[in-house]
Parts: sequence; C-alpha cells; structure tokens
Amino acid sequence: MILRLALGSLLARSLTVGLTVMSIAVSVALFLAVEKVRTGAKASFADTISDTDLIVGARSGSVQLLLYSVFRIGTPTNNVTWESYQDIARQPSVDWIVPISLGDSHHQFRVMGTTTEFFERYKYRGGRTLEFASGARMDDLFDAVIGADVARTLDYDIGQSIVVSHGIASFSDHDDTPFRVSGILEKTGTPVDRTVIVSLEGIEAIHVDWQGGGRRPGAATPESVIREMDLEPAAITAALLGVSSRLQLFGLQRWINTYPEEPLLAVLPGLALQELWQITGIAEIALVGVSAMVIVASILGMMAVTLASLSERRREMAILRAMGARPGTIVGLLLSEAVLTAACGVIAGLALLYSGLAVARPIIDSAFGLWLPISWPSEREFLVMLAVVAGAAVASLVPALRAYRFSLADGMMVKT
Amino acid sequence: MPEGQILCMTDVAFRWPGKSSFALKVPGFAMSRRESVMIVGDSGSGKSTLLSLICGTLRADSGTIEVAGAELGALSAAGRDRFRADRIGVIFQQFNLLPYASVRDNIVLPLMFSANRRKRAGDMEAEVLRLCRAMGLDDAIVASPAGQLSVGQQQRVAVARALIGQPDLVVADEPTSALDQKAQAGFLDLLFAQMHAAGSSLLLVSHDERLGRQFDRVERIESIARTERIAA
Repeated sequence: MILRLALGSLLARSLTVGLTVMSIAVSVALFLAVEKVRTGAKASFADTISDTDLIVGARSGSVQLLLYSVFRIGTPTNNVTWESYQDIARQPSVDWIVPISLGDSHHQFRVMGTTTEFFERYKYRGGRTLEFASGARMDDLFDAVIGADVARTLDYDIGQSIVVSHGIASFSDHDDTPFRVSGILEKTGTPVDRTVIVSLEGIEAIHVDWQGGGRRPGAATPESVIREMDLEPAAITAALLGVSSRLQLFGLQRWINTYPEEPLLAVLPGLALQELWQITGIAEIALVGVSAMVIVASILGMMAVTLASLSERRREMAILRAMGARPGTIVGLLLSEAVLTAACGVIAGLALLYSGLAVARPIIDSAFGLWLPISWPSEREFLVMLAVVAGAAVASLVPALRAYRFSLADGMMVKT
Repeated sequence: MPEGQILCMTDVAFRWPGKSSFALKVPGFAMSRRESVMIVGDSGSGKSTLLSLICGTLRADSGTIEVAGAELGALSAAGRDRFRADRIGVIFQQFNLLPYASVRDNIVLPLMFSANRRKRAGDMEAEVLRLCRAMGLDDAIVASPAGQLSVGQQQRVAVARALIGQPDLVVADEPTSALDQKAQAGFLDLLFAQMHAAGSSLLLVSHDERLGRQFDRVERIESIARTERIAA
C-alpha cells in the first residue's frame, strides 16, 4: 500500500519526476557507455594478437613497437636489416618467424608486405586464424590480399587492380606497378581488416625505380625485367615470432635485445599491452570519474527536486499523520519514492544504452574499427546500477528527515 | 476516567516550544460515549492545538488526557500514532484526501496503520462500498482519483474514511466551511446518521454557531480552554 501510494504520488508529479528519471537515465547510460567503450576497446586490443610470443623491431619503446607493428598506429623509427632478421630466424629456439614491412598505403589503408606464412601464424581472439571470404593467398608477385573493411569501403572484388601510394598520405603513386586483388579476408575486428597485404618481394618490386621519397629519373624498369630481378629485401619493419618452447622465450628475448650488430627490441605482446594500459589508465580514470560525477549530479538534482516539493506536500504528510501514520512511515514513503525513481532511471538508462549501442555500433566500427559487443551488463556494471539506487536512497534521507521534522512539528494540522 | 466517558481532560497545560510563546490550558473537559459535542471558536483560539492534543500528535506538558480509556501521556509517540489509527477518525476542513490516490485507497488509509481497525472493518471492499452508498456517493467514483471529485464529494469521502472500522471518536475540524449553505445541512445529516450507526462520538469544532442545533452539546472554546500569548 505504501508502495502504491508512493507510485501514485510519483505519477501525480509525472513531469518533474519524469525529468528526474530522464536525468538519471542519461547519466547511467553515459556511465555504462563509457564502461562499454573502455572494456570493448581493451578487449578488442587484447584480441588483436594472440599466439605470438615476441614482436621484434628496431629499438624504440615497447608500446611504440606494439602499436606500429600490430595496430598500424604511428610509424616505425627505424628498420631491421634483412641480415639481422635472418640471424634471428636461424636461432634454434625460434619456431616460426614472419616478417612485416610497412610504409606504403592504398587510399586510407596501410599496405603490409609479408610472407604467406603470415596467414598461418597470425592469430587473433584466442587463436583464431584468418579466413578467406573469397579468393586465395597471393601467388604472384603483384597479388594482394585485402581486409574486409578495405573491400567494403572501396567496393573491391577479386581481380581488382590497385595502385599503391608511396608512404602514408602521399601523392606519389606506384602507378607503373599495379597489384591485383587475389583474396579478400573475412571480417576479424582487428587492424587486418584495414590492411592491404602483399608479398615482401612485391614491396621490393614497386620500389625498384625509387630512391628515398621519389621516383628515380629515367625510364621505368619494365615488369618483365623486375620479375627476373632478385627481390630480396634489404630491410623489414618488424617481425612476429613464436618460440619452440616457452622456456626459451626470455633467453631469446635477451639475445635479441643485446644483439650486437644492430639495436633491436623484442617485446612480449601481453606485457606491451599492459604497459599501454598503464598509459591509458589515467585517461580511463578521468572518463570513469567524470561519468560518475554526472551520476552524482543527477542524484543531487533528484534530492533538490524532492526538497523543493516538500513544502507543497506538507498537506499530504499531515493527512497521513492524521490517519495514524508514524513519522517513520513518511520517511519510508519518501525513501521508496526515491528508490522507485532511481530504479526507473536505471532501467531507462539501460534501454537508452542498448538502443544507442544498436544504432551507433556500425558507425563506431567503421570510424574507429571498434566493434562493441551488445552483451548483458557485467557484474561491475550491475554493482554500479545498484549503487545508483542505493545512492538515491541515501540522498533521499535528507528530504526524508526534513519531512520527518515537518511532520513532527505540524502534526496533523497544516494551515494552507 | 468514569465509565461511559470517551474523553476526559484534566489540568492540561501545553506550550508550543520555541519563540512563539503560545500556551493552552484546559482545566477540565469531558465527553460521554456516543455524545456529539460542538466547540465554537474563532480561528486562533487554540482549536487546532486542542484537537492535536486529543489526537495525540502533540503531547501535553502536564495534566492528563484520556481517550477511550487510554492515557495519552503514558504512551510513546509511536504508541500515540497507533492509538490514533485505532480509535480516532479525523476530518479536516478541506483537502482531506490524497488527490493522486483512488477514493477507495483514501478510505482504507486508516486501516493500513491499525490491525484492530482492519479487523473491525471486516470485508474491506464491501465496507468501502457500504460507506460510500451511505454517504450518497456513486459506486462508480470508488475507483477514480480523489482529486477529480467536487469539494462536497471529497468531504463525504472524508467522512467515510473517518468512520471506516468504527473508531470510538471522530474529530472534525471545520468540516463544513468549504461547503455552501445547502450542502452543509445535507452533509451534517449524513454525518450524524453514520455516526449513530457506527456508535462513535463526535467532536466538531467550527466558528459557525448555526450548525449547533443537531448537537447534544455546544461549548464555546473560551469556556473549555484558556489561551495565553506571551510577547516574545
């Protein structure tokens, strides 16, 4: 009955209560959205590389190496010479090694030179391998495999001829040596989706007539001549490798890091990610903090609205008191109103979040390559929602105690 | 308290706490069971304070107030609240009802706070309908929100609420002042009929002496209570 009265009283003030519910809903949705993006981004980063024991590159920061080799974010400071690469590959503890050569682009997508072994060794989301949606691996020197986003965005199909641009965001094209799309990969939710994969030799081939940042003057070398050339690369950007035994991992890492011929760096992807989280942690805390403050603000708003409504509800309190309600009942009434309001706000916030996610998901995916899962709220998120309701209950104690004092002083008589 | 009395106040003194020094003294006032008493007084004469003391929302500083055999001063605040729910029906001047709740919920409100009264009321829904019919209210309004009713209807619903579960004493504070002359007479007739049917006593305060004809006894507030105002 108290609950029914509380409900009736809330419905009678549906405009102010509705706005309060809205403000709580928006704040809860904001907080949960931040949580979703935060955990979604982390999960998607962590899912990008698996089963790779070490990433090897020129000496720089481990986060930087991880970012440019796996996530195609930023640019490498230096290359690894082919001799060093072969030296590492010859180490007995190395089970497999896949070279990566970056630096060119096609439209907004990066071009990566590698070997066909990449398709077997590159694993994501707990050991999944790359699958072809159509076509096959590169077979010819000028074959290219494109990621799902590349195919979708540029509307490419098998057999499409593509011209690679020199460098990133440049205007000089390798238009004399076009590639042909030989395969299109399934969507993975990793940066591979936005990558054009060609052979290492292909990368060398398109640079035959180039020196530094531009084309060497003179006639272009005909394709037939290029095909006859020795296209062993002079250097690569990085390499992914796996060890035959986990026991040898740190020994190998040490060996690479102290390689005398050239300053190299080998990092464990998991550890580099941890380092990355430490950097982003501050921003995360700030985001979570701001959205938590928005929730606090909306609860304070509810408290203010309840306080403001008290004076006009003194009559209501007096009636209840005259009927034999204890002051405690009146506190209970206000408390249950606050809990009901907050609960409605939380539920509306969830609805807002999920409908927002459903709408924004493809947009976020294409803009940031971040596929947010629509899943049940996590335990932590449930706790946050509970905390909102509990916080509303605690906040309502202020108006409730005021009402308690009013009803003690007024008794059942109110002159209005 | 002699047998057959519903209310007995002896040497009661009360002073509002705080700066507004308003004090009320009641040397002696009593009411018999089933008696109807009207107290005439102007506003500011201490009527509301007197009623609050009788209903137990205010506690006398000294003296005894006995209602239906219970000494209010001996009860705790919660005890007085329970006692009020049990024994007393209250009718205000106006805005008696929770406007957002249905007529039915308004009428059964006192039953929520007293198990005894709930027991006396018996079948709650049937009793609500019976009282509404007895007060000349249409069955159809029982489910509608109280805020949609006319003032006259609201006052009759308030009587039904005061009488549900047969309280020993009904206390009414200017219940007719919001009604027009014609409605006043009809309202009082219905109130008296139901009072007698329920076997309750009625204590009504009003400034309008013309209402007094139907009452067993009419008292002026000055003859019952002495008020003092001490300039702060």
